[in-house]
Amino acid sequence: MSHDTVMTADHDDAAGYYTPGSPLVDTKAPDAPIAERWETRKFEARLVNPANRRKLNVIIVGTGLAGASAAATMGEAGYHVKTFCYQDSPRRAHSIAAQGGINAAKNYKEDGDSVHRLFYDTVKGGDYRSRESNVYRLAEVSTNIIDQCVAQGVPFAREYGGLLDNRSFGGVQVSRTFYARGQTGQQLLIGAYQALERQIAAGTVAMYSRHEMLELVVADGKARGIIARDMVTGEIQTHLADVVVLASGGYGNVFYLSTNAMGSNVTAAWRAHRKGAYMANPCYTQIHPTCIPVTGTHQSKLTLMSESLRNDGRIWVPKNQADCDKDPRDIPEEDRDYYLERIYPAFGNLVPRDIASRAAKYQCDDGRGVGPEVDGVRRGVYLDFADAIERLGRDAVENKYGNLFDMYARITGEDPYAVPMRIYPAVHYVMGGLWVDYDLQSTIPGLFVTGEANFSDHGANRLGASALMQGLADGYFVLPHTIRDYLADGPFEPIAEDHPAVVEARASVEGRIEHFLTVNGERSVDSYHRELGNIMWEYCGMERTEDGLKKAIDLIRSLKDDFYRNVKVLGSAETLNQSLEKAGRVADFFELGELMCIDALNRRESCGGHFRGESQTEDGEALRHDDEFAYVSAWEWAGEDAAPVLHKEDLVYSAIEMKQRSYK
Amino acid sequence: MKNARAARTTIALKLGMAVSGFIFIGFVLAHMYGNLKAFAGHDAFNDYAHHLRQIGEPMLPHEGVLWILRVGLIVSLVVHVYCAVVLWRRASHARGTKYVTKKNTGASRSSLTMRWGGLTILVFLVWHLLNFTIGKINPQGGATNDPYNLLVDTFDVWWLTLIYLVAMVALGLHLNHGVWSAAQTLGWTGNAAKRVRAKRLALALALIVSVGFSLVPLGVLAGIITK
Amino acid sequence: MNLTLKIWRQPDASSAGAMHTYQLADVSEDMSFLEMLDVLNEQLNAEGEEPIAFDSDCREGICGACGLMINGDAHGPEVTTTCQLHMRSFKDGETITIEPWRSEGFPVVKDLIVDRSAFDRIIQQGGYVSVNTGSAPEAHSVPVPKEDADRAFNVATCIGCGACVAACPNGSASLFMGAKITHLGLLPQGQPERDERVVNMVAQHDFEGFGGCTNIGACTAACPKEIPLDVISQLNKDLRTAIRHGH
Repeated sequence: MSHDTVMTADHDDAAGYYTPGSPLVDTKAPDAPIAERWETRKFEARLVNPANRRKLNVIIVGTGLAGASAAATMGEAGYHVKTFCYQDSPRRAHSIAAQGGINAAKNYKEDGDSVHRLFYDTVKGGDYRSRESNVYRLAEVSTNIIDQCVAQGVPFAREYGGLLDNRSFGGVQVSRTFYARGQTGQQLLIGAYQALERQIAAGTVAMYSRHEMLELVVADGKARGIIARDMVTGEIQTHLADVVVLASGGYGNVFYLSTNAMGSNVTAAWRAHRKGAYMANPCYTQIHPTCIPVTGTHQSKLTLMSESLRNDGRIWVPKNQADCDKDPRDIPEEDRDYYLERIYPAFGNLVPRDIASRAAKYQCDDGRGVGPEVDGVRRGVYLDFADAIERLGRDAVENKYGNLFDMYARITGEDPYAVPMRIYPAVHYVMGGLWVDYDLQSTIPGLFVTGEANFSDHGANRLGASALMQGLADGYFVLPHTIRDYLADGPFEPIAEDHPAVVEARASVEGRIEHFLTVNGERSVDSYHRELGNIMWEYCGMERTEDGLKKAIDLIRSLKDDFYRNVKVLGSAETLNQSLEKAGRVADFFELGELMCIDALNRRESCGGHFRGESQTEDGEALRHDDEFAYVSAWEWAGEDAAPVLHKEDLVYSAIEMKQRSYK
Repeated sequence: MKNARAARTTIALKLGMAVSGFIFIGFVLAHMYGNLKAFAGHDAFNDYAHHLRQIGEPMLPHEGVLWILRVGLIVSLVVHVYCAVVLWRRASHARGTKYVTKKNTGASRSSLTMRWGGLTILVFLVWHLLNFTIGKINPQGGATNDPYNLLVDTFDVWWLTLIYLVAMVALGLHLNHGVWSAAQTLGWTGNAAKRVRAKRLALALALIVSVGFSLVPLGVLAGIITK
Repeated sequence: MNLTLKIWRQPDASSAGAMHTYQLADVSEDMSFLEMLDVLNEQLNAEGEEPIAFDSDCREGICGACGLMINGDAHGPEVTTTCQLHMRSFKDGETITIEPWRSEGFPVVKDLIVDRSAFDRIIQQGGYVSVNTGSAPEAHSVPVPKEDADRAFNVATCIGCGACVAACPNGSASLFMGAKITHLGLLPQGQPERDERVVNMVAQHDFEGFGGCTNIGACTAACPKEIPLDVISQLNKDLRTAIRHGH
């Protein structure tokens, strides 16, 4: 790599934390008008003869929407597929928890929607930090997803005429969101899972559940397999193939508390990163404003409630700190601060997610948060339906939000019809991920990355109902086409289990496991994870500053150091050992967390889910700097003790014009 | 599954139980109707018993219809008991390790007593046939070829009545779950309303049959039915 | 609150297990049941005893990974998943018995973890619509009556947790199977394979060692998604129809 070509900005906050690298370019998107690129690429991508397909081995890690759909489709095409998940069944992948819906440019409502409008909304929603070729393709294939899922028997909501219903979602002006009550992710995942099980029965896909990928095998410059641990027997297995696909999801759990599943982790992606796959835009994190607040240090995860609650609920905190522990019903109207309505009179409680989230943080930092004190601070604000109940009647509110109110009541033990709800923001989704080109191939030849694990489609922020769309687009309709261009050169020369790359990968896995089990220190893995999460949330959460990020990097480094010397993992490597599993994941979160802070430090602008305190308007709104930062940050691993290398991919918009947003 | 056959599944066994069960229900209703003739007095009851043996004559031999029914009942019994035994064994195997603590939330008493209750009814059936059909044992030493007198003599003995009443409670419980369960097995209860209806019908049948049969011995004890 | 916990511990599938008793102090009623176990595990880890293994993932009641027999009730005393059960449902000083799902079809893997892959194998026998990617017709080409679509959705909310099997005195998985049969049977897309689906799935169910249903209803009472008994009626009806069609 040549590291001498990149200029750094005058005030590069991250100077000293990284090494500038050569620019990065996506060479796969055809040089055609945007609407023709995908057709062109599909045509240009070489075909694989059906007879050859069964000689080609494909490894897919992860069985969420992106992984299960890809595995099913590749299996149907006749490839030899092996698929892996850490859960006991592929049906448990966390795509299942997505509530809202899935976007598609069907224009069934005849309200002016089109592929181009979905493309436009997605780029705009991503604050002009996504690659337009990829986003256009996403919008294009979105319609096929709905056809496919309906044919699979996904029970989408329907109208009385028997046709599919749509709703408007996430602040867009057209109704293009297909949904299955509040469980769209579940229904789509079960559809993909069933398609996958069908291929397992047909013998084209071999399923390895309760298996965790712990290392990537890169031989002669190509991704050729993985090292996985059988989580029940502890056996370290080598799986070799012609191509490896990572569909391993996002890394929101670096914050410890998030709406992700307990097991969601970055290990598969991070191990690939260490082997040469660049990590792109790791600091782009989506924080969701309406989650149920933390109740104590025992908290293990956060639960999201639909944002639709903000349509009728009013958000407030007490004006006086002294009122914070009072029963909210006893606080008179004049002592309440409806801060969103006060600061943003035009949008009020419906300001975008990041603004609502940050505003809540400021109130709580100011000592006016409500709810239980955790580590000395009350982190919660009221979401009050008293006015809505008075205006619409209890029945109407119950009809609209009944299931959410029930969920809230179950978790908190409070009756939201009587007492205002308490909400607080939580980490929900990460837009960053492994860098991929138009073919979804990473910087390691033969390593493809799909779904939340890649960075490609959402820019700096993701629109509501677009995560499901991207996962299924990648798995059903994009990857199966682009991967064949790579596989057309296969089958590649078989590599033996004693190939140096395999030996090295296995040794690395075994060494780590051995280390964790023999440290015999004082602290549990969870305690380190929690502390790392606190650092990330405090300094690399809703608002990031130069000082804070630098402090966080120091804190993470020393915590990581302590972790390797003082962690306590009991049990053995030869049985199911959940502490051991977690130790490996947390170890990778440390390294990722540090890179996220460096990335955030480098990006001295505010865009989408990334807010730098130094880059805001006088009114406290996010301020983008397109002149300096219209690029994708792709980070290269440079070694254990070396600074990461930053490669920039310039973002060029040919079909869309960049604009600054305003919500006042 | 290669070559899976619908008829070899557990559901087919349940269908066997449901169909044979409905045959029994038809039988007990008719039987109960006959029993209640006891309230009409000695002659009416004996005429009825006698007539049962003459149905179909002269086309059929004496007791011809009765034997056709008996064969049908014996086949049903074999099917019902066979399926129950197979399913019982499967169930014990399926829960090889028992729970230390187990509540059966949502389960009715009737549903949990089907197997032991069924066994109770089977034992009673043997006793009952010895008493009234095969052995015709009159505990008071009186006439055995006079059905009415045999009945009255039998139920004059308090403990024989008690055995009979216990068996009727077991039968009621069995029917209360069995009728609904058979409806469900036959796929007739595909929504909540149908389910409620099937459960009500089951309760009604259970009450009609158990009370209906119990009236005769109680009538004897109360002195309403006498020789 | 302070609790006495009686918990099944078993090192692995081939070893014998036993109930162990633990004391846990200062439990907050705001904790979820699994967070209470997390706290116990922290305590055990500090004392040098290996933490108790149990499955959980989403912890928001939708993935179906968690599932414990709590005081004799699958998922505990409330109609919800174990992860959504909170300690306010228990009393200070209470003794809580925690066991794994017990079923021939769900062998214990370790402590409170069981192997539920039998459910996947049942789905493999026909719990899908055979449609390859890309071959689907336009989504609006086949209207589906709203009532059918809604009902299909309601039963398709099954999370595959296995509580029905755990609660059933017969160890039957009929509710799980019935939910899938009913879901696909209500939709036009599910019709062509309807007979084979039910026959093959039920045959696999029996092969896995699950018991036969006797319509007791403990399954539906334990189901965190409140799948109704209707689905078992539908399952039976579909099988009866398949017999009639000569399968």
